[in-house]
Amino acid sequence: MAAEISPRAKAWLAVAAVPIILYTLLPIGWIVSLSLKPSADITDRNYFPRSLSWDNYKYIFTGGGHDVFVPALINSIGICLIATVLGVGLSAFCAYGIARLEFPGKRLILNAALLTAFFPAISIVTPLFNLWREVGLYNTWLGLIIPYLSLTLPLSIWTLTAFFRQIPWEMEQAAQVDGATSWQAFRKVVLPLAAPGVFTTAIISFFTAWNDFVYATSLSSTTGGSTPFKAHGSQTVPAVLGFFQGPSQFIPPTGYVAAAAVIVTVPVVVLVLFFQKRIVAGLTAGAVKG
Amino acid sequence: MTATKERAVEAPAEPRTSAGRSKLSDRARQERNLGWKLTAPAFIVMMAVVAYPIGYSLYLSLFNYRITDPNGREFIWFRNYGVILSDSKWWNAVWVSTLIMIITVAIEFVLGMALAMVMNKIVIPRRTLRTIVLIPYSIITVVSAYGWQYAFQPSTGFISKWVHVATFGSFSTDYDWFGHHWSALVAIMLSEIWKTTPFMSLLLLAGLAQVPGELQEAAEVDGATFWERLRKVTLPSMKAAILVALLFRALDAFRIFDNVFIMTKGSQNTTSVGVLAFNQTITRSQIGLGSAISVLLFACVVIISVVFIKGFKTDLSRVRGDQ
Repeated sequence: MAAEISPRAKAWLAVAAVPIILYTLLPIGWIVSLSLKPSADITDRNYFPRSLSWDNYKYIFTGGGHDVFVPALINSIGICLIATVLGVGLSAFCAYGIARLEFPGKRLILNAALLTAFFPAISIVTPLFNLWREVGLYNTWLGLIIPYLSLTLPLSIWTLTAFFRQIPWEMEQAAQVDGATSWQAFRKVVLPLAAPGVFTTAIISFFTAWNDFVYATSLSSTTGGSTPFKAHGSQTVPAVLGFFQGPSQFIPPTGYVAAAAVIVTVPVVVLVLFFQKRIVAGLTAGAVKG
Repeated sequence: MTATKERAVEAPAEPRTSAGRSKLSDRARQERNLGWKLTAPAFIVMMAVVAYPIGYSLYLSLFNYRITDPNGREFIWFRNYGVILSDSKWWNAVWVSTLIMIITVAIEFVLGMALAMVMNKIVIPRRTLRTIVLIPYSIITVVSAYGWQYAFQPSTGFISKWVHVATFGSFSTDYDWFGHHWSALVAIMLSEIWKTTPFMSLLLLAGLAQVPGELQEAAEVDGATFWERLRKVTLPSMKAAILVALLFRALDAFRIFDNVFIMTKGSQNTTSVGVLAFNQTITRSQIGLGSAISVLLFACVVIISVVFIKGFKTDLSRVRGDQ
């Protein structure tokens, strides 16, 4: 394809990339800029900061925001990781079965996963809110991990099934014919072939859970301090951001929110930069057979 | 020649058919059992976390029930639905959600398609572009909502200032974007579009990669213009990918919650169906009414899906690869 493109068209396409890159980075740059403005400059309405200050970040990590944002960060990471591992783990068996075995009910499972993925989270929040209050899961880690499975499971089943279908499974048999035991064949042939797909699915699942706001705002109320695995307190970063009042009732916490926003964005952007190709493959694997 | 060939084929086949029939079905049964064992845990958990709450929601929607007044819980059949469907608040929320869905998905489709076509052909910053485009997708919606809110707000934002300059001063720098219905919707939709266009474009890009190159060339040789090729060759051959992209985004946009909640909290008549459900359940503890709204929202999602799939005349399970 690339060879057919004339140098002229190539140059035009490079020019076309400029507005796209600007479009993408403009809001990001804006949040970073806000987070670096000293509090006096927050309302200066300039896109670029006049002077830089780390005060907003200091507030979050060591100042008054420490007791809110750090526990929320721990909650976010812990809850999303557990939901991702559970979701991807269960889906790996499921997707393997669908991709490799012939049995009635395959379609049903895939369609059910698709329906679940289309499902509005807000629709199951109401009954869960009531149920969690009755059984004591409100504002607990488990109380968020369970609904997060409704986000990570269907996505993982679809994506992993698409990945597993692309694996040349004959190689496993070939290895066994060559005298490898089942375990060796699995460890040396299947695992290296399947691992990238599983890993990619895990990243996408994690993003989805990390992004959640509906469940977190509805089913948690406090951050519960920074001890992990505490009995109560499961507010995640998006939920805390959504309700953050700041130290003063009269001054909007713009700079602090911006700094916290940058902090939760950085790890995700780093993941994206490292695994760009895999993520694109994963996002589109389930959608279009290719 | 034919005779020997036939015999050669038949000879090894014979023992399999006579002695192996029951064995073969044995293996098929084993495969079936293994398949069920492998898929059952994921399926059961998925049903438990989604189907069960929905069933429970249907049940709760038949009660007049507030959390603050558990003893006043009363079975009232479908009266909650009557209350909601005769309330202009519900219809306003449906209108807002529908409007946001139609406008954002339409703009995202056009932008996403343009983006996909550039990404498909681009040579020079190819990798950089594909990486950068993923950034909005990976950013938390709440963060995107705050970023755009601060950008529009007259107290902190630069947008009014920029528009002021671009319109040679005819636009007020102190315009209160969140003080009016339409301008608040514009801000909400912009945040939504910014965040989700890349995802749309990646789905379209995957479809674009499947358009047969020969068809494109043939059309070009025949003298078709760019638009003709796009309309008659490219778009029809990626119909499946377009359906998936539009359907995914439409359902996502209809249940919009995060952006509205952060940016306006539903003021200026920007309450979407999702925000309405949240307000009834969580803010006002009206479990019965909230459940009924949840059920109705689910019904809307089903209706949208059916309309899309019927409209495109494509079997979705076929599209998504179970072939």
